[in-house]
Amino acid sequence: MWRNRSLGAIFVLIITVALAQAQQPNSCVDCHSALEGELHVTQEQFAQDIHAQKGLTCASCHGGDPSKTDDSAMSKAAGFKGKIERAGVPKLCGSCHSDPAFMRQYNPSLRTDQFSQYQTSIHGKRQAAGDTKVAVCTDCHGVHDLRPASDTRSKVHPLNIATTCSRCHADAEYMATYKIPTNQFADYKTSVHHEALVERGDLSAPTCTTCHGNHGATPPGVGSVANVCSTCHVFQAQLFEASPHKAAFASAGLPGCVTCHSNHGISKPSDAMLGTSAHSVCTNCHTQGDAGYKAAGDMQQQISGLETSIVRSDRILSQAESSGMEVSQPRLELDQARDALTKARVTVHTFAAHPVRADVDSGLKITTKTYGEGEGALRERDYRRTGLGMSLVAIVFVVVALRLYIKEIEKNQ
Amino acid sequence: MAPLARVRNWLDERFGWDELLAPLRHKTVPIHRYSYWYFLGGITLFLFGVQVCTGILLLLYYRPSANEAFESVQYLMTQVKFGWLVRSVHSWAANLMILTAFLHMFSVVFLRAYRKPRELTWVSGMLLLFLAMGFGFSGYLLPWNTLAFFATKVGTDIAGQVPFVGHRTMIFLRGGEEVTGATLSRFFGFHVAVLPGLTTLLVGVHLLLIQRFGISVPARIEPEWRELPQEKREMRFFPSFLLRELMAWYIALGVLGALAAFSPWGLGTKADPFAPAPAGIKPEWYFLFMFQTLKLIPAKLGLLDGEVVGILTFSLAGLIWLLVPFLDGTKRTQRLVTGAAMFVVAYMGMMTAYGYVAK
Amino acid sequence: MGMLLGGGLFASALSFFYPVLRYLVPPRLTDMGGDTVVAGKVGELRPNSGKIFRFGSRPGLLMLGSDGQYRALSATCTHLSCTVQYRGDLRQVWCACHNGMYDLAGRNLSGPPPRPLEQYDVHVRGDEIIVSRRREA
Repeated sequence: MWRNRSLGAIFVLIITVALAQAQQPNSCVDCHSALEGELHVTQEQFAQDIHAQKGLTCASCHGGDPSKTDDSAMSKAAGFKGKIERAGVPKLCGSCHSDPAFMRQYNPSLRTDQFSQYQTSIHGKRQAAGDTKVAVCTDCHGVHDLRPASDTRSKVHPLNIATTCSRCHADAEYMATYKIPTNQFADYKTSVHHEALVERGDLSAPTCTTCHGNHGATPPGVGSVANVCSTCHVFQAQLFEASPHKAAFASAGLPGCVTCHSNHGISKPSDAMLGTSAHSVCTNCHTQGDAGYKAAGDMQQQISGLETSIVRSDRILSQAESSGMEVSQPRLELDQARDALTKARVTVHTFAAHPVRADVDSGLKITTKTYGEGEGALRERDYRRTGLGMSLVAIVFVVVALRLYIKEIEKNQ
Repeated sequence: MAPLARVRNWLDERFGWDELLAPLRHKTVPIHRYSYWYFLGGITLFLFGVQVCTGILLLLYYRPSANEAFESVQYLMTQVKFGWLVRSVHSWAANLMILTAFLHMFSVVFLRAYRKPRELTWVSGMLLLFLAMGFGFSGYLLPWNTLAFFATKVGTDIAGQVPFVGHRTMIFLRGGEEVTGATLSRFFGFHVAVLPGLTTLLVGVHLLLIQRFGISVPARIEPEWRELPQEKREMRFFPSFLLRELMAWYIALGVLGALAAFSPWGLGTKADPFAPAPAGIKPEWYFLFMFQTLKLIPAKLGLLDGEVVGILTFSLAGLIWLLVPFLDGTKRTQRLVTGAAMFVVAYMGMMTAYGYVAK
Repeated sequence: MGMLLGGGLFASALSFFYPVLRYLVPPRLTDMGGDTVVAGKVGELRPNSGKIFRFGSRPGLLMLGSDGQYRALSATCTHLSCTVQYRGDLRQVWCACHNGMYDLAGRNLSGPPPRPLEQYDVHVRGDEIIVSRRREA
């Protein structure tokens, strides 16, 4: 394996060197590395670009003849296209990236539907209607130092996508004409998804494109929200589908999951969301006296009951542990109760008290056992102390007897 | 008592038992206001005996390999009846032994019991103290828990800082570049074979020397007794002193049992060589004053490495301490030694306390 | 006086030697394992099934595939630390809490798990199935 990989690396190196040597004199960068502003492109910068690495040159996109050193390099005769207008970018990129036969030469597994997807996106539709402010390929992917998405420095690497989108979507001034909110990025940064992605480094955690799509970016419709969430949250979605909320939300025009969990700022769900307290999301619709109100209170009580008894077990085990008892086995069992609690929190999405009770009861059975084991450990501790007490009595007795004995023999001397 | 007397007669006929025990019979212990300090050496010896007994018991279940060490101690603590007691007594007695050894040493310094002709008694005692600390350092690693693993890493690292021989010493201690299962094997070997052998030998020498020179009368008491010989009082070592010592041992046993039952020695979590070091790694308390000092010394002292300077200073101080009896001649040096000893006690106390409080 | 002292010494000696004698009796459970543990007996598992065993302070999952091959994984889901199980109908490892799926090599396939499960080595010695942690060589 290692051998193969290093052989591969050597191979790539040889190819790169050969390509560099075979490179024609390039008059483009000779001038453009000296130019300022957006005309500034250096050889070092372009060398980072995946296209350059695959052997493409400036002329591949911009036309012209890099081997000429005078103005004829940028003449119409040499096919020079100059600056690519924003409106022309998707089409130009698509001229290669939509051609499966062409792309196969470079990366046979790369998709070639980006352009057709783009045409279905809000960006693409507006662009087709003549809006030049919407995102085109280069806005997200960059230009002249464009890296593949797997490169952590790429603007479309999972860790960087949200920032890339936010460059426009969090800019209130830029977005003013579209009349859509600009707080999505700020909200997302407070979400549990952002935490999973950035802080826990889970690259499969969702970022903007996971729910909205990338090339075909569009907000999911009210009806499809649950489908989008269910790609990861399968159980919750299944239970929701079968629950009374499904029809109720649909008839009220409420967007499924988002109704309770919000969209961009999805925070880590807590048991406080359940029940009938001020923090509860149930009371947004349900009022005292209706069945849902009762179920909400019931489920909350069940779950907090299990949590309390887990804490109680944990406390007595910690107490036993701190007085030197070994309780790793009951601790291991207590993890099963935590499993049950986690399951019960999923089962909440049936929005019925009965199924939650089943999960909670299986957890309570375990906590009763572990609590008993904790008590047993404390009894064992007391047994040790009694044993110590008895031996201490014997020891004190000997010490006193010795003292008396010494007195006696010294009196005789 | 008749059968016992018969056995004694039998032994006496063959080995000259009474003659052998005669020196013990004639041995006396001076009685004065500092007599209490005489018990400390005996208690230390008793605790060493406890260590040998509980250590042998632990050997029945302990497995010295990185794979199994932690689990075997866990097994001993949970499955073996009274395993918790044996291990806790071993750990507590180890700490108490070091404590009483230190107290014994300081009592000898302040009473100036190391005076001629007892210089070698002092030297053997100091070597025993070093061995005891070696016991502590090597034994600490054996349960292979996280804290011990990193404390050993830091400890051997410090040994590695010594110029010229440091790196080799570290390799020798660790059995390689890193603290691994090889280190555990080594420390186990030191702890159960090398150190006990050396200690037994030195304890023999120490006791022989005490037997030879008798028990020292403190420097302050000696002139008083010379002036007023009628004040001079002694008790017989056997049985009076020995029985009193026995009382002390019984009390020590009671204290050990109570400590073991009320504060059993914990086990912590299994060492993971690939895990990052947890915050607040500290060595055992008797190394803490040195550890804390090394932490306080700035990284660079002029051209020299701060840590190296610290280690060399401690080594030099240890050497001077070892040779104290040979320096203690005139009245002036006597005062100097007493002053230095007071400073050392204060310094160790303060640094240890600081080490505990410091993060 | 001697009687008194003798009695005391006897009682205290009893309190020292009783624990020691009890200590010397080997306990019934003979092993706590280590980086290696006996996870089960040959014949205990039907093909295409799995069982949970204790591995140190965490659970492990031992599986017998329909190909007759034993495999072992850490049974702690990398998502929220629930205990995973073998699903014979899917021939996959499944976490009941949030429908996380892993393949038989522990790779996370679908659902929320962010990382694969740790793989253990399995050997059959006599009629015992031995599971051991992989060592970094």
